[in-house]
Amino acid sequence: MDIVSLTIDQVQDGLRARRFSAVELATAALEFARDENPKTNAYLSFSEERALDAARHVDEKLARGEDAGPIAGVPVAVKDVIVTKGVRTTCGSKLLANYIPPFDATAVERLEAAGGIIIGKTNCDEFAMGSSNENSAFGPVRNPHALDRVPGGSSGGSAAAVAQGTAVVALGSDTGGSIRQPASFCGVVGVTPTYGRVSRYGLTAFASSLDHIGPFGRSVRDAALLLNVIAGRDPLDSTSAEAPVPDYLTHLDGKVKGLKLGLPREYLRDLTSESGNLIGKAIETLKKLGCDVRDITLPTTDYAIACYYVIATAEASSNLARYDGVRYTFRSSSSENLNDMYRNTRGEGFGAECKRRIMLGTYVLSAGYYDAYYLKAQKVRGLIARDFSNAFAKVDAIVAPVSPFPAFKIGEKIGDPMAMYLSDIYTITGDLAGIPCMSVPCGKTTGGLPVGMQILAKHFDEARMFRLADAFERTGGAQN
Amino acid sequence: MKITEEQVRYVADLANLKLTDDEVRKFQADLNEILVHFDRLNEIETSQFDPMAQVLYEAEETATLRPDRERPGLGNELALANAPLASSGYFKVPEVIKR
Repeated sequence: MDIVSLTIDQVQDGLRARRFSAVELATAALEFARDENPKTNAYLSFSEERALDAARHVDEKLARGEDAGPIAGVPVAVKDVIVTKGVRTTCGSKLLANYIPPFDATAVERLEAAGGIIIGKTNCDEFAMGSSNENSAFGPVRNPHALDRVPGGSSGGSAAAVAQGTAVVALGSDTGGSIRQPASFCGVVGVTPTYGRVSRYGLTAFASSLDHIGPFGRSVRDAALLLNVIAGRDPLDSTSAEAPVPDYLTHLDGKVKGLKLGLPREYLRDLTSESGNLIGKAIETLKKLGCDVRDITLPTTDYAIACYYVIATAEASSNLARYDGVRYTFRSSSSENLNDMYRNTRGEGFGAECKRRIMLGTYVLSAGYYDAYYLKAQKVRGLIARDFSNAFAKVDAIVAPVSPFPAFKIGEKIGDPMAMYLSDIYTITGDLAGIPCMSVPCGKTTGGLPVGMQILAKHFDEARMFRLADAFERTGGAQN
Repeated sequence: MKITEEQVRYVADLANLKLTDDEVRKFQADLNEILVHFDRLNEIETSQFDPMAQVLYEAEETATLRPDRERPGLGNELALANAPLASSGYFKVPEVIKR
């Protein structure tokens, strides 16, 4: 058993043929993840007891000849902004360093019900705010492909864990690119489903009109299978959609001939040459597969960063108000009265990026500025969404880069918040429109850094997005 | 400067955030740069458009509602389990009103 390259299907075959038990696999995965962790700092906690309980449950079912679920025995890593009952959930923040959630997120419940084994919680930017994973209170994650570089953010730990092979698949969250950008930097598949496709019950809120939970995998098939398991309406999240969930695996049939793909010209201007070359090669490959690639325009793209950072910080300033020293573990020890206690707790507890965003969000919502910033940004958001619906009237899917550049050095951009924000330019638009989008590996730079290609599709059209990504993956597109 | 030091302190106060003098200076510079970028939004004409508050898709108006059925809550003990200070079934906070 080679844990590093294991797929979900191989786990199912191995369990069925009794080459290993779920308990043996969970034990081996936990040991491997613990041994590897000093290299990348991808995990913040390991959930050994819970993992072994779940694995025993799978083994018992299999012994009785019952169906143990589509991801039975599969080691899964979960981003530490998604709550796990009884397992510490820090959100990468000093404020929640000792927080033990009293309930499970719906996505967590569903993946365990499908037989998945949660082995640990992964490092991330504090409250998922960042593009490099350097904003974690528990130290940065290092990119498994180059340990002096960032894994991307904010779901850097989940991407690194899957790339490193310490988990077969992982859950992340995406508000402005936090799944796709780390997936591209770490050379794995990362999926941001349609807004409402996956319940956010138990996802610690950052910007509620933009937050998504989504899967990471080493293959399109594994990511699609994990989405199968977690997708669908949840009465506990009123923003989750009633729309039926197709079996995504049945769409991985290679039938992409004649598919109309749009190439937004606004997304091809600021690419470093190596990333640009790899995207160019990937597009040639898609043409060889018979896809009809045409230029399109998404004219509001230039305003997307401003639009996103107004809306996301406004919502964040409201969502983070709950961390006030009353309910969630951390309280400043030096306060005379209630108001001081709030102020000191938040001043001592939040890291620099969270404070910056709370400040920005409070400012844009404050009296006299609401219309100029927040309302204006919401109108621009509507225009960005309209750009996409206009495009999808002409094409079946959109193909674009994920990031203007591959993984950068730890420390390279952390001193310049505006430069860090600008690096999200190709990913935030999908979140603003609420459409499904994903990153699929399309090769490596000469320095060995992975680059991802982004695919975007219509609302609830994940199946077509997976079909294209899978067809591309089968050509060996990641080996360019 | 789009934002004064006084405004930074005012916003920090609204946000219940205690900042050091160094942080105030740093955030004044950071916020200024970001707000200058935000001004781009004024280049685009939006007077005829409605604000988009959430992602919309084709669905019945009542699609997001659930039946109003009773279900158990967390319970007092679990709800207080992460409190920094609690007693007699309540969250405990520093003195609010002087007697």
